[in-house]
Amino acid sequence: MRLKSLIKVSLAAVFVAGGAFASGLGDPDKGEKIFRKCASCHEVGQGAINRIGPQLNGLFGRTAGAMPDMQYSKNMIRMGDDGLIWTVETLDAYVENPRALVSKTRMSFRGIKDPQERADLLAYLRRFSDDPANIPEAEPTATGTDHDLDPAILALEGDPEYGEYLASECQTCHQASGANDGIPGISNWPTEDFVVAMHAYKRKLRPHPVMQMMAGRLNDEEIAALAAYFKDLE
Amino acid sequence: MTLNRRIFLGTGAAVAATIAAPTVFAAGHGKPHVVVVGGGAGGATAARYIAKDSKGEVAVTLIEPSRQYYTCFFSNLYLGGFKEMDDLGHSYGGIAAGGVNVVHDWVTGVDRDAKTVALAGGGSVPYDKLILSPGIDFVDGAVEGWNLMAQNAMPHAYKGGSQTELLKAQLMAMPEGGTFAMVAPPNPYRCPPGPYERVSMVAHFLKANNPTAKIIVADPKAKFSKQSLFQEGWANHYEGMIDWIGEDFGGGNVSVDPDAMTVTIDGEVTNVDVCNVIPAMKAGRIAELAGVTDGNWAPVNAADMSTKADPDIYVLGDAAQQGDMPKSGYSANSQAKVCANAVRGALTGSRVFPAKFSNTCWSLIDTNDGVKVGATYEATDEKIAKVDGFISATGETAELRKATYEESEGWYTGITKDMFGA
Repeated sequence: MRLKSLIKVSLAAVFVAGGAFASGLGDPDKGEKIFRKCASCHEVGQGAINRIGPQLNGLFGRTAGAMPDMQYSKNMIRMGDDGLIWTVETLDAYVENPRALVSKTRMSFRGIKDPQERADLLAYLRRFSDDPANIPEAEPTATGTDHDLDPAILALEGDPEYGEYLASECQTCHQASGANDGIPGISNWPTEDFVVAMHAYKRKLRPHPVMQMMAGRLNDEEIAALAAYFKDLE
Repeated sequence: MTLNRRIFLGTGAAVAATIAAPTVFAAGHGKPHVVVVGGGAGGATAARYIAKDSKGEVAVTLIEPSRQYYTCFFSNLYLGGFKEMDDLGHSYGGIAAGGVNVVHDWVTGVDRDAKTVALAGGGSVPYDKLILSPGIDFVDGAVEGWNLMAQNAMPHAYKGGSQTELLKAQLMAMPEGGTFAMVAPPNPYRCPPGPYERVSMVAHFLKANNPTAKIIVADPKAKFSKQSLFQEGWANHYEGMIDWIGEDFGGGNVSVDPDAMTVTIDGEVTNVDVCNVIPAMKAGRIAELAGVTDGNWAPVNAADMSTKADPDIYVLGDAAQQGDMPKSGYSANSQAKVCANAVRGALTGSRVFPAKFSNTCWSLIDTNDGVKVGATYEATDEKIAKVDGFISATGETAELRKATYEESEGWYTGITKDMFGA
């Protein structure tokens, strides 16, 4: 009985994944080829086990940094505690630029810039997840990624003096020395990482409520100003 | 010993401070002079930031009676056994090394025409801009039967330091199965979740050391900050121990007898073993002496924290009547940065940026069970107005609550370094 229903569920998952492909979400067969980039560290499919990275069966709907017996970065564990769940949207952001979502992730991977390639990869990975939460229709807004940062935003030249004033608000919690106890240090960060991370909070891709609130009211120039100030703070 | 860069810079700053000191008293020539009264979250931050950012262009004097500052925030964690008193103490050495002339004295008056403040130790100090950050005092006669002469029998423990230690000593000496009473304050008051975090920490201590003891809270308010989070936590961790009597049940109709150690709530007399009376509050007395208060608090302009009464006097933190921000150390620290930027701009012509304020209050309910509430604010013509906010949810995972507690510890380290510079 139990086995039967499991089979039913996985059949449904395959069927739905096919449907998703038809609606342009991604091609799982192309995704399988793209997955070769990941396969040196991650296993997926029957018998997959944790290796350098966690195994990826049942990935959709899983809490970040929560696989038992897996060594994660502090940041990944913190993100999971804060409520980061792997969905089409968050995985897409993570695969695009891992450090934008999780600053000091142990996953040393540059990311995949092409949105279609990411969609294909996720369509492939979804074959191995039977959680109903990954039915693409459950997240219609996640299809066709929209979190690519406008290059104009990244190119903004920040005003470090304004940044210093704005930074005083950050430094109530984030110590200027860059110390890392309870609240991570943010001094001396590369500008692009800083800008991308702040926009990820602003768009609520990163889960922390204080940071979503703080980033939420900063405009593009203000985020650039902060990045310009913190980059040289040692 | 080799001189590293850090030590060299530190020595340089200390020398700058001693050079700055004489000019402080030489009114009328040379540098503009800012006097800051009160070295807590508002005053210490403002003094340090003006000195740091003006790079010597503005002389700054901080007047604070205590040589060692004990934070009121996190003092509940001392009551609960999570912190030692030493963890809450901070010296002013870092601020002095940052170029601020630190004077340990009381200000007894402000002459707004001559623009001087008088010191209890004699003499007066001239100012171009005066920043008052005096915290709170208590409203006389706010709780029937209680006055400052009774604060040893029934401590308020709502200013950091000796009162907090006294309350802890009384808590530890409570007889088995005894009663701890709290008289909670009416709005507005310092640290809205503070009394309820304190109830949680007292309960945490009693659960481990005196599990049949009871806690009663007489509250003049019908509801309180983070109420659903606290009540969920009390039910989960301290079932049957805490009796909260709100306005609806006569919690505001309360009197105390410190000699008999009784509390009368809505006509019913209860014998108590410890009684924590937190009376109604008002701005620290110096704000009243300076003539910048209206009623219990000092009304200020949201854009720069200058008082409505005098454009050269600013009031920060608990004492200010500013609008939507809660009275908290975080708020005072946030207001101080806006004020420091505006004051420096007014005195030196440096750039003045738009006011941005924020606040977050973390509370600990039990071991690794932390919650938080926060908001951002902006300056409008009438007041500091709330923009956006969040609050922890009931039923959160244990991992998230633990992360929230760890975050609060990070915040404590961060804000005290931000205030004291060391």
